[in-house]
Amino acid sequence: MNTETQTTEDSKMWTARLRNSWQRNLPIDKLLPDTQPAYVASWIYVFGVLTLVALVDIVISGLILSFAGPAWYHSSSLGLFVNSLHFWGVQLFFVFMVVHLWGKFWMAAWRGRRTATWITGMVAFLASIGTAFTGYLIQTNFDSQWIAFEAKDGFNAVGVGAFFTPTNIGQIMLIHVALLPLVLGILTVMHVLLVRKHGVVPPIDAQPEIEVV
Amino acid sequence: MKTQTAKQEFDAAPWTGRVRKYDIVKEATIAFVIVSMLIVLLSLAFSSPDDKQLTFRDWARTNPTNFYATTVQELAGTSESAGYGPPYNSASDGLNIGPLWLQKWAGVTHPVDIPNDLVITPLTLSVLSAKENWALATWKSATAVQQTTWATTYDTAIADANGNYAAASGGNYGPVPVLAKALTHIAAKGSLDALLLAGGNFYSTDNTKQILFFGDGAYLDDAATAANLQGNSWGMMNETGRYPGQAWLWLYSIWYQVPPFVNEESAPFGSNADAYIMILVLGLTSGLLFAPLIPGLRSIPRVIPLHRKIWKSYYSEENI
Amino acid sequence: MNVPAKYIHFNSWLQISVSNLIVIVIMLALFAAAILLPFPGARSKSNKVPGEKK
Repeated sequence: MNTETQTTEDSKMWTARLRNSWQRNLPIDKLLPDTQPAYVASWIYVFGVLTLVALVDIVISGLILSFAGPAWYHSSSLGLFVNSLHFWGVQLFFVFMVVHLWGKFWMAAWRGRRTATWITGMVAFLASIGTAFTGYLIQTNFDSQWIAFEAKDGFNAVGVGAFFTPTNIGQIMLIHVALLPLVLGILTVMHVLLVRKHGVVPPIDAQPEIEVV
Repeated sequence: MKTQTAKQEFDAAPWTGRVRKYDIVKEATIAFVIVSMLIVLLSLAFSSPDDKQLTFRDWARTNPTNFYATTVQELAGTSESAGYGPPYNSASDGLNIGPLWLQKWAGVTHPVDIPNDLVITPLTLSVLSAKENWALATWKSATAVQQTTWATTYDTAIADANGNYAAASGGNYGPVPVLAKALTHIAAKGSLDALLLAGGNFYSTDNTKQILFFGDGAYLDDAATAANLQGNSWGMMNETGRYPGQAWLWLYSIWYQVPPFVNEESAPFGSNADAYIMILVLGLTSGLLFAPLIPGLRSIPRVIPLHRKIWKSYYSEENI
Repeated sequence: MNVPAKYIHFNSWLQISVSNLIVIVIMLALFAAAILLPFPGARSKSNKVPGEKK
């Protein structure tokens, strides 16, 4: 337990360097603060957390659907209800995310070295679109047949269809249930940690106070 | 410049101004409860869409004439799939964006031999009558040129009869009529889906052959029209029934309705619409992704100051 | 809900389903409400200020 200044050995140790960097950038009171800047006083600020909790609901309903398999909800009314939870969860997730995106744009929230926060958020948006798209493809109903039929043309047109096959439900199912949720989860964690690290961006017209000596 | 850097440093620095009390865990918990309740309410009120899957059995039973005609097209190599190009075959070069032939360059990585994979193999794997077996043997022992001649002649005759094979004029069609009839029978019985999916194997998850065959006929298309899923979008922004689709894809999906992209005859992108729209989508996505780095775009929040509303109370308290 | 959706045609080539239009309108309404509606506690009296210089 080394809480003193870094020793020479520390600077060579990967573990010590990681620990010190973590303590510097994301101390526990930044991760779990109990104050926030006075300017965080608008309903627009709740849309980030609303997006997050919608994602939690999507994952929970998705896990139930995964366990029971993709055909369950066609013949079970409980299955159809869980599918509905998943469906409306996704609708709300995107509504909240888009409003959050708009808010962050009009706040120019990338200021003050927060470019990475913006970019991780946008990549998470794109990953969400991909996840949703693959989800639509594994419905095993008419909608998924139609979407597979139409979407293959777009991907084939730019050569992507050579290795990504919307009409191969096995490939798509693994991408939707394993690959993309993992990617999205990592991006979300990165995004939230960046917000915690840099704090909420100050108002556009807020100025540094000029010290009168 | 000095004030700009000072402002940037200020924005990056930890906040030292006024703060207020804030319970982050409580906020997240309340948000979770509210959103979960909302989702449950929406689910109870509206349920979710689940239009039953289409099958070859349904197609062959409700529209056998069209199924038969499509089968002939697959044998003739005149169907949309037969002329698709990569990644399924080299019948065409696919779409291009100016000098970029991405579809062609990516190659035929998912080969589908249209007449054999869609028609001949399913027939070979089925129990056929003596007459049907004879027809199959005749086809297989014929040259490729002979096969194409039989099938394309018949395809033309059917087209001339407005798609109704029963009204097609007589001619030298070889074994094609018997083969088409046999496949229609097999489809109507319900075996064709599994035959196309597994093709003699135990395991398969690849529905490509089924989708290609379906897409070549009218059954899938008519169902999409009936569900209002056409409209020159991929169907990606739409949902079956009155459910919301993917409204958040509007920035991408809208291009399919814009005149230069709308259909194959639209100038200038028409037949290459899919390729151009993908590139356009890439451009728009890059714009969104790198907005903080794009001069002009990143200044919009300053020029149109909606932030004055967002931070209204702070600005008024600080007299900014 | 399982009947075909109604579409609105804006002009000869632009159309959107009513359901999707509703979702878009909701997003716009939520955004407008979020930035316009007053936030409770905005005029806070209890602000602690580390090292205030006023």
